[in-house]
Formats: sequence, structure tokens, C-alpha cells
Amino acid sequence: MKKNGMTEKKSPLTLDEIGRKPLKAEEEKWDLRLYVAGQTPRSIAAFANLKRLCEEHLAGRYHIEVVDLIKHPQLAAGDQILAIPTLVRKLPQPIRKIVGDLRDTERALVGLQLRPGKS
Amino acid sequence: MGSKTSSQPSSNHRTLPKAPTGIQGLDEITQGGLPRGRPTLVCGSAGCGKTLLAMEFLVRGATEFGEAGVFMAFEESAEELAQNVLSLGFDLNKLVRQRKMAIDFVRVERSEIEETGEYDLGGLFIRLNAAIERIGAKRVVLDTIEALFSGLQNEGILRAELRRLFRWLKDKGVTAVITGERGDGTLTRRGLEEYVSDCVILLDHRINDQISTRRMRIVKYRGTTHGTNEYPFLIDEDGFSVLPITSLGLQHEVSTERVSSGVARLDAMLGGKGFYRGSTILVSGTAGTGKSSLAGHFARAACDRGERCLYFAFEESPGQIIRNMRSIGIDLASCLKKGLLQIHSSRATFYGLEMHLALIHKMIQQADPSVVVFDPVGALMQAGTHQDAHAMIVRLIDFLKSRDITAMLVNLTSGGEALERTQVDISSIVDSWLLLRDIELGGERNRAMYVLKSRGMKHSNQLREFLITDRGVDLLDAYIGPEGVLTGSSRVSLEAREKAAMLASQQESERNERNRQRKREALEARIAAMRKEFEIEDSESALVAAQESARSERLQEDRRMMAKSRRVDEGNGSTQPRGKQDSR
Repeated sequence: MKKNGMTEKKSPLTLDEIGRKPLKAEEEKWDLRLYVAGQTPRSIAAFANLKRLCEEHLAGRYHIEVVDLIKHPQLAAGDQILAIPTLVRKLPQPIRKIVGDLRDTERALVGLQLRPGKS
Repeated sequence: MGSKTSSQPSSNHRTLPKAPTGIQGLDEITQGGLPRGRPTLVCGSAGCGKTLLAMEFLVRGATEFGEAGVFMAFEESAEELAQNVLSLGFDLNKLVRQRKMAIDFVRVERSEIEETGEYDLGGLFIRLNAAIERIGAKRVVLDTIEALFSGLQNEGILRAELRRLFRWLKDKGVTAVITGERGDGTLTRRGLEEYVSDCVILLDHRINDQISTRRMRIVKYRGTTHGTNEYPFLIDEDGFSVLPITSLGLQHEVSTERVSSGVARLDAMLGGKGFYRGSTILVSGTAGTGKSSLAGHFARAACDRGERCLYFAFEESPGQIIRNMRSIGIDLASCLKKGLLQIHSSRATFYGLEMHLALIHKMIQQADPSVVVFDPVGALMQAGTHQDAHAMIVRLIDFLKSRDITAMLVNLTSGGEALERTQVDISSIVDSWLLLRDIELGGERNRAMYVLKSRGMKHSNQLREFLITDRGVDLLDAYIGPEGVLTGSSRVSLEAREKAAMLASQQESERNERNRQRKREALEARIAAMRKEFEIEDSESALVAAQESARSERLQEDRRMMAKSRRVDEGNGSTQPRGKQDSR
């Protein structure tokens, strides 16, 4: 529909990423959902940041679904969305939420538990 | 429940539009309700009833004013909320089904959330907006939006977003209630009052001497006048009620009608007609002087007139009161059965003062009595500080007066205190004051009563002996002699002595009378005797006179005869000589 190309199914792997597969849980599926509200610069930035991050760390085994709450406001309650943009890691469990435009890659990785946090 | 009394003063001709809350009393203090189309902040410490106030605002809006509402909960889930308010008779699920209400539970879990970079609270706006649009809501509650601060770290963003949210709510034209936890020295922990400045209501739940009281104050309300005092409120099975009692003035109507005290002699002492209707009567005295008995009479008299009476007892149970009154011949059970009398017993320490006041207020509104008894009013002292108790009773009296209710306040004077001193210093605000006291004399203790004051009527200045008999209270004239007031046996013995003295004097006078009678009789006898004597003498002397005349006649006759015989010349005419017979 009008996801404006923001919905990325499986992106083709680039050469660069093939050699840098994560260390463990190789076959884990990552199911990510990004909640935005309309085409704001912030949501576009968030999507771009997310995509870059996934390509770098989860190449080939992630799925991003973008939900525009302006079009589907009823979806906000399900994942308890307050802030926009919010990235929800549906899989692997447990659910994690990262709010913001993901500008800070380090923190985003910590939030996604791709990197051990500083507790 | 039904429609609440929201008396809107006519003075505010151009006030801003208001959304009635439907909460008893609150609409009176705010003179019509919360500012329509604007957010109102309700703040207070934990457990003071913020959520309930907000919820009732929505429920009443939906059920009584046809305004649907959205409840956005940050602390409790919809199920929990529904369950919590079910006990107040609010069926949220039904309202939700009827699309009169929407509940959205916003859960903010810090541990699940990581923040990176810029964000806004668009999600919240969208959810709120969706809910408002779905049911066409006119009212919104955010309870408690401060929870966001614990879930999200970036305070700068949060504050900016809250400001935007409240602005947005205003633009949306919904009447919103935002709750906030009270902070240290500030109204809310996160300074929400900075954003919501149209109307701020502060709820307070304080503990004094282990007794809790709930109070409400309107800190500010832009663009309208409002009551500024602290008002007590209570939360009970009917929901939230605020008691605008402090807003009463001294404008109550006064009545010239009189009501009987139930004791004929007492009525006689009060200008012959009893108390004024709507007046406040204080009955004070030391323990066991018969205060409650007097109150019993008063209650009974009201029921006999067919009026309703509410009896608040703070020391005895209804059963005990009925039994004790029956023992002195006052039948309250039948009044109870007829529904004219209601007895409410509760320990003074059971609730806080405000709660007592609130309950009393409420019961009076429900029962609409014309007579109220508080026995003993001083017990309320135990439920709060002296000052609070005093303030409360003043408010109570004002309230009763405004409803033209005749109230009898029974007050115990503890031993050793001046009799004219009441526990709660209410003597100056009552209209009539009956003082009961005991008099110790001659090895016994007796009761006495006098009317210490009674405004606006002629009243007796006499001390009366107060007797409690099988047929209730009786008042007798007390003897006041050189030995002071005599009561009880002393009075009886004095009465006996007086009776004896009276008898003696009566006998004395009878004796005198008899003496007089005797004297008179004696005198009359003597008079009679003298008269008799005189009559005898009189008749004797008459006899003598007759004899004398007879003798002289005879003598003359004799002379004539003698002269005849002596042939005396006929013509001589002289006395005939005696020799006549001799010549024959």
C-alpha cells in the first residue's frame, strides 16, 4: 500500500556484510516493527538509521515492518506505543522497545541487545 | 444518586463555561463545575482519591450529562479500574459497551525501553485522539501522566511534549482532568501545575492523632470565583462527596415557631412554649445528670409531633438507648418502627472529624429531619484536635441552622471543670443552654437544672430540681433557703417539717376559734340570766304596785262606807266617818 518503500522484506546481502555475521545465534530471526506517525523527517531518519543498523548487524535475518499510526491509530495500544518513533523488537523474545530516531547507534545496539549494555 | 444540588449563585452573570462534575458538593464550591474545554489538575498524595474523583467526573459526565469520556490510565489496567469502581456502583464495562466511555491503559515500562535520539509523544496523542474520536468524547482524564517521567528519561522532551499535550487538549475543546502525585513542597512531583494552570484542585489526606481526614481545596481557578477553604470530602458507596459546609454564612432564615422540649415544666421555664424551631440547644452537665434523658424526651416529642428526628449517638448503641429510655418511660422503639426516628451510633474515634461531619451531613440530607440530637457532641473531640472539633461543630451548627433543624447538643462537662465551660467552647454559638448539675447535700446527690441562657425569649431564672422518674423527667421547684438549695431528701424533710408546722398553726387557730366560741356562749348565757332576773324583778314590782293600788282603793271604800254609816251629809262630800258601821 502506501508504505512508501519503507517496508523492507529481505534485503539482498552485500559483499561487505557476508563476512561479518554475528557471533552467536546465527539462525535467529529478527522481527522488528517501527512505529511512526506520518512521513516526518524524524521517522524517515529513524527508518534510515534502522536499516543501516540491521544491514550491519543482522544482514539476511531481519524483517522490518513500519506501522504508520496516523493511518492505523488502533495499533498503538497493542504495543503500548507512546513515543514516536518507537522500534519494537518482537523477536527474539523478550520484547524490547527503543524510542527515538536511533541516531545513537551504540545505544540502539544496546537496546536491541546486540551489544552488552553497561547494565 | 440522581441529580445533585448545584446551586449556582446568580451573581456570576458572565462566568466562563463550566462542565458540571455531578459530584456532590464540588459543583457548589466551583460554582458550576470544572472549566469547560480546559484541563484541570487534581493533585494530592497517594491514596487521597484523585483517580476516583477523575473517574466519577467521567462516569457522571457520561450518565448524567450525556458527555462521553476517555480515561487514559497510566497506572492501572482497564480491568483493575473497572473492578475498583464497581464497589461505587459504576459499571465501567457497561459504559464502555455503550460507547459512553473509553479506557486506554498506557503501560510505561522503563526496563523495556531504550532511548536513542530524538522522539516525541506522538503515539500518545494518536491514541488519545483515536479514543476521543471513536466515542465523540467531551471529557478526558489522564491518570497519572507523571508516570511518563518514570518511563522516559529525556525530561526535556517530556516537558515540551506535555506542554504540547495540554495545548492540544485545549484546542480539542475537551474538558480534561489530569491527576498528579503531590511532591515535596510542590503541588505535583513533576511540576505539572506549570502546564495546567486553569484550575488546580488539591486533595489532602492527613492523619492527626491516628485519625485520617480527607480534605479538598481549590488552589486556583482562573476566571471565576470559588470557595477557597478546605472542604472535607468523603468517599463512600455513593462515590465522592464534598461538603461545602464552610461556605455557609449567617444568612439563615429564622423561625418564630416554637417546639416543645418534651418536658412540660421545661417548656414552662422557656416562656411557656419551648425552644425556637431551628435553634441550637446545648445541654451540658456532669456525668449522670440526666442529659440523655432530656434528649430522649426531646426526640420523643418530635416524633409525637410527627416530625422526623435523627439521633447521633457516640457512646451508646441504638439498642442501649432504647432500653435505657424505656426504663424511664420514654418509648423510642415505636418511633423507630414508624420511621420517624433514626439512631446512628458510631464511636467518635472510628472516623476522622471530617468523615463524621460528612456522614452527618449526608444522613441529614437523606433523612431530612426537623430535629437532631448529638449525644454527646464533646465525644467528637476525640476524633480530632480541639480546634478542629470546635470548627467542625460551628460548621455543623451553621449547616443545621440553614436547614431550619432544631438541634440538641448534649455535652458532658468533666468533673473539676467549671460548669459553664463546655468541652468544645460552643456555648457562645448556641441559642439555648440548659445546665444540669448535681447537688451533693445531706449525704446524697441530686440533680438540678436551670436555663443558663435562651436567646430571644423570656425564660425562668429558677433552679429546678430535676427528677428522673418512671414516667420520664420531671422538674420540681427547688427549695432555696438559708442553707442553700435543698433537693432530694433534704427537700422532702423540709417539706415534712413545713407541713408539720402548718398543721400546728392550723390546730392553734382552731383552738382559738373554739375559745372564742366558748366565750361568746358564756357571755350570751350571762346576758340571758340577767335578763331573766330583770324580768322577775319587773313582774314582782308590778305586783307590788297592784297590791298597793288595791289597798288604797280599799281604804277609800272603807272610808266611804264608814261615812255612810255615820250619816254624814250627802252633800258634805267629805270622807265618811268610820263610825257608820258602829251605828248599825
